[in-house]
Amino acid sequence: MAFNYDQYLRLEKMPTLWCWGCGDGVILKAVVRAIENVGWKQDDVAVVSGIGCSGRFSSYVDFNTVHTTHGRTVAFATGIKLANPDKHVICVAGDGDALAIGGNHTIHAARRNIDINFIMINNFIYGLTNSQTSPTTPQGMWSVTMKRGNIDPTFDGAELAIAAGASFVARETVLDPKKLEKIFIKGFQHRGFSFFDILSNCHINLGRKNKMASAMDNLNWIDKITVSKTKYDKLSEEEQLNLFPTGVLKHDDEAAEFCDMYEELKKKYQNNEKFTQDDFKKKI
Amino acid sequence: METREIISTGNDLAAIAAVDAGCRFFGGYPITPSSEVMHTISDLLPAVGGASIQMEDEIAGIAAAVGAGMSGVRTMTATSGPGVSLKAENLGLAQMAEVPLVLVNVMRGGPSTGLPTRVSQGDVRQARNPSHGDYRSITLCAGNLSECYTEVVRAFNLADRFMQPVIVLTDETIGHMHGKAVVPTLEEVQNGIVPRKTFDGPAEEYFPYECGPTEPATLNPMFQGYRYHFTGLHHDRNGFPTEEIETCRKLIQRLEDKVMDHRDEIELNEEFMLDDFNGEDGEVLIVAYGSVSLAAKEAIRHLRKDGIKAGLFRPITLWPSPAERIKHFTDMTKNVLCVELNIRQYTEEVERVSGRLDIEGLYKVNGRAISPYEIVEKVKEVF
Repeated sequence: MAFNYDQYLRLEKMPTLWCWGCGDGVILKAVVRAIENVGWKQDDVAVVSGIGCSGRFSSYVDFNTVHTTHGRTVAFATGIKLANPDKHVICVAGDGDALAIGGNHTIHAARRNIDINFIMINNFIYGLTNSQTSPTTPQGMWSVTMKRGNIDPTFDGAELAIAAGASFVARETVLDPKKLEKIFIKGFQHRGFSFFDILSNCHINLGRKNKMASAMDNLNWIDKITVSKTKYDKLSEEEQLNLFPTGVLKHDDEAAEFCDMYEELKKKYQNNEKFTQDDFKKKI
Repeated sequence: METREIISTGNDLAAIAAVDAGCRFFGGYPITPSSEVMHTISDLLPAVGGASIQMEDEIAGIAAAVGAGMSGVRTMTATSGPGVSLKAENLGLAQMAEVPLVLVNVMRGGPSTGLPTRVSQGDVRQARNPSHGDYRSITLCAGNLSECYTEVVRAFNLADRFMQPVIVLTDETIGHMHGKAVVPTLEEVQNGIVPRKTFDGPAEEYFPYECGPTEPATLNPMFQGYRYHFTGLHHDRNGFPTEEIETCRKLIQRLEDKVMDHRDEIELNEEFMLDDFNGEDGEVLIVAYGSVSLAAKEAIRHLRKDGIKAGLFRPITLWPSPAERIKHFTDMTKNVLCVELNIRQYTEEVERVSGRLDIEGLYKVNGRAISPYEIVEKVKEVF
């Protein structure tokens, strides 16, 4: 039976403000399919977004939705989740949200390992506001703030999340919606901070000035710079340069989740007990 | 009203008051001289089933608090001036999206890092418009230990009534002052809680931002079957972004009017030794608020002993200002003295509402409190 997207969309908000051929719609569809697959009720889900094209994600899907300030997405989501630990929270942020203005919040949400699903839509540029450099813009590419080629070193969001303590980290692209859905299902089912680096195209505001003015050209470029983690791991360091591994990059089911820990803390108060350092000793 | 006594500090009283008033979430970041609010509430909330979180910075502290508030929980953050500067952006979102929140600002010397451990009232002007754009800030100012409790309780009820942030100003002196507070019993406080208005009809008929032109939004808690949208953008009756001309105009006008048309519900003043004022020569009206009012009262007692008929007008709600009441007393009294731990921040409001430019001032910005003696001297010098 065909998937009933209508149930999850705010049809009166269609068409989206996303450009023709934009990858964000592919991500949106994969997210709602994954939500249905894991069996979450719409009333039990909050979708929190930031600023930029990705920021509009929350207004198109029929959940409890919040469009926050630039970069603060996961800080708002932390409040929602900690106050409602049995509900499901999805953050949708852009690469500027997640790694530039909100970089600190991303780091600390990952460190806490709070059960939030953080989807970073990574289109390598500030798309909505006309092509300013983002932390993921490849060096040498044109941007409106680096017209002779970007010199700013790039940032790998997935590596950041892994280093900061996220217990589930994955990367996929909008080229394969099936894989995208699968990776969301895995992450949504994971109890802990799930970070998704989702590579998407912005042929309009990245592509046009970087010799990939069509969606297909932009997508082909994304295809060229990604390789499955299994293949990536077999490559030499030199071959790995400028390539992004895709798939599940980290999955740690043992790591304690923040809200669960907070529930334990509440019990300590009830029983007039304390945590000790020994309670937190585990293999490093 | 039944009362009880609590021996504590202003900062601890603010935390206790919050929990008594039904606050179940705190998001914050430590900053002198407000940190004790978080020290105490982080210990109280988990014991009553709430949650407190020390976030990675001031911005995230208020963001988490607003997030919890969006989900329907009574929520608070506490900070000092530099923290308010950082929180301004998300205060703006809470104003725009109409999310109730209490922010306690224990004032210290500014600008910038200023005098972290010293007293000031330098954030009075900031409290009026911490964030950009048009909206009306509601700002209360505790003038003694008891009010560190009662004003926080009042702030929670006002926040839910008007669906917006309410700022409670205290200062380093009161925050760290230790002594006896006389406050309502817990039962009185709990009976006085007026939770936010909610809608309980069918979801198809629910329009969170559809309300009278001077009324706040009706925002149901999340996760209860009423799915809608929060945004800092101009929005329609369902909370969705819009640029429709009339909708935009009405929204911002409503943010103004929902406060300004209900000032009588927000205004609170203390009139100390003003009941015998009748406009005769030689009367001295002192306008002061917050911890300074303690010194002003002491000064007034001295002045009265010396035969000078002095009295204090103390706004407890600073914003919106009690314009009519200030005008009433400044029309009646020739000699008016504003006493502030800043330079003219509230004096300018007194000038505005009184239409007078001959208001005298005593200002101190060196991080030290004003003594009653200094006020007595100033009165004798200028009048």
